[in-house]
Amino acid sequence: MSRDGKVKLAVYKFSSCDGCQLQVLNLEDDLLELANQVEVSYFMEATRRAQPGPYDLALVEGSVSTPHEEDVIKKARDDSKLLVAIGACATAGGIQALRNWSDVELFKKIVYPKPEWITALKTATPISQHVKVDLELMGCPINKNQLIYVISQLLRGKKPYVPTYSVCLECKAKGTPCVIVTKDVSCMGPVTMAGCGALCPSYGRGCYSCFGPMDDPNPRSLIDYLTSQGADKGEVLRLLRMFTGYSEKFRKVVDEYE
Amino acid sequence: MSMSKEIKVDYLARVEGEGALHIKLKDGKVEDLSLRIFEPPRFFEAFLVGRSYLEVPDITARICGICPVAYQMSSARALEKILGLDVPDDIRKLRKLLYLGEYIESHVLHAYLLHAPDFLGYESALEMARDHPDVVKAALRLKQWGNRVMEVIGGRSVHPVSPRVGGFHRAPKMEELGPLLTNVKEIKRTAFDAIDWVMDLKYPDLNRDTEYISLSSKDEYALLDGRIRSNKGIDVPEEDFEKVCVESQVPYSTARRYMVRGKTPYLAGPQARVNLNHDKLAPEVLDKARALGISFPISNPYKSIIARMLEVAHSVVEAEEIIREYRPPASPYVKKEPRAGEGAAITEAPRGMLFHRYSIDSKGIVKKASIVSPTSQNQSSIEADLLELAPRLASMQNDKATWLCEQTIRNYDPCISCSAHFLKLDLASE
Repeated sequence: MSRDGKVKLAVYKFSSCDGCQLQVLNLEDDLLELANQVEVSYFMEATRRAQPGPYDLALVEGSVSTPHEEDVIKKARDDSKLLVAIGACATAGGIQALRNWSDVELFKKIVYPKPEWITALKTATPISQHVKVDLELMGCPINKNQLIYVISQLLRGKKPYVPTYSVCLECKAKGTPCVIVTKDVSCMGPVTMAGCGALCPSYGRGCYSCFGPMDDPNPRSLIDYLTSQGADKGEVLRLLRMFTGYSEKFRKVVDEYE
Repeated sequence: MSMSKEIKVDYLARVEGEGALHIKLKDGKVEDLSLRIFEPPRFFEAFLVGRSYLEVPDITARICGICPVAYQMSSARALEKILGLDVPDDIRKLRKLLYLGEYIESHVLHAYLLHAPDFLGYESALEMARDHPDVVKAALRLKQWGNRVMEVIGGRSVHPVSPRVGGFHRAPKMEELGPLLTNVKEIKRTAFDAIDWVMDLKYPDLNRDTEYISLSSKDEYALLDGRIRSNKGIDVPEEDFEKVCVESQVPYSTARRYMVRGKTPYLAGPQARVNLNHDKLAPEVLDKARALGISFPISNPYKSIIARMLEVAHSVVEAEEIIREYRPPASPYVKKEPRAGEGAAITEAPRGMLFHRYSIDSKGIVKKASIVSPTSQNQSSIEADLLELAPRLASMQNDKATWLCEQTIRNYDPCISCSAHFLKLDLASE
């Protein structure tokens, strides 16, 4: 707590696109109210005033992909009472985790004229693989309404409720016709955590699982279905290895399939 | 006695991403200056290889959460060139509207939440909001309107889901776009008042001979396409980008950098665009600029905030026009089977030219990808500004010198996430 009894909030960035932090700034009407209720102690994208820990609540964006980040996340954990991982990078590794199935040295050579000047770990991994995480908020990006709800609950000392069920239920609730059945489109909805409001199907396209695996998914069954509909191995692997492909619940099944 | 001074910023605040600056002065002269980007490399151009062309706009959007639409538009256009696909005018207009929404969201975020606090001496916009609540609230409403444009068309403002190669997965219905007009009058007034507000800020003086480069079009304020032009004679098609803007890399940074003709720094972004294309701004924006005595070119880099707010007003005017004339396109996208080939395209991201080049095989699988972000192009210009500024720093108190350096870097709205593909200040005098 700060001297005036406010909760001290820290926002950390690791390997990411900044989009989840931007969702904090996108709270618009709620942003100034949030700034009244908490003390923003550390948030480099928003303020140059960086106060030292300890913090009451830390929001952590991004995955761990450099030796420097390995050190920073440990310090962040030591400094924070509650640590919430926000977004696909922090909870599943994110799109940059695609390197985990390849060779980072080769990647350096493809992207940089002087690869020897670049420092990077072989893998980009979720925060939970490095430190204890108190809560995970999924999405690429996170849903800002879910974010403000979770922060409000935590400020009141209450446990936030986040969905455990699939995107399919959100489609049904919205009355969106199933795109697999009606449009013959490949869709990750049946194995993906709800939270986006079934956005992609309502735009006529299949879900690409930016929210990652639901509580107890059955990706093997989805793979079998897609294959029975004529999808080749390359297509299946590309669909299941995207923004959250490195999450454990998807990875194990997909690696076995490969 | 020799006087030395060292300015160090280990983690630059109020920019998107991670960077550091180190300046070492001796007897008022710069001994060493490095702008170090330590944003972790994410290797997009490597893992794009082997992906389907249809996935590219979704994947490249993730390079930057602030300007995802720019990545979607540059990649979609480059791939469409390979396919030989021309999107019809109604789809192009809808793309432009989505992009204008991103200009409003990104520019207002930078101008008010990240940059303005420097001019008024606040550590953050949240602190600025305590003394200037109405200013910050009005800015947030403006930004929100830009975000709403993006949400209606794209499904969400960060990483919209609707854009695709060929157009959109779904075009909005008229009744979905309509509600944007309910407060458009107030939004327009807010955008024009914002120009007055930034004109009243106190600007440090800095002038450096600069080459401005941007897309230009004879038909409109260039955004989605055009020819590469500069104030020093460049006039080439977008495919020739690599011939005029040449890449180099330095050991202290994960960002690649670019020099015009391989030799000198150049400036891309809002200031370059208004300087080269101001005659194509909406007439009422141009009238406003004239009435306020703004003359082009705007050469002081601190005044980039003025260029940004001119573009915001322009964006609101143009967005309103497109919404009023909107009729849903006959088909939301044009489909064409993939064919092997190579294609390159540039669109004007909020921070400047965003270049994408791809080659794909006959099944549409990416064989090669090359992406050049605006911040990597501007990095050399930022360093040149800091070099120009350095002699003044020697006589300043260290904390003030550091802050001025940070402000100078923030002039560029550097998006480090994009370019690491930016900053800590480390100003040293020995």
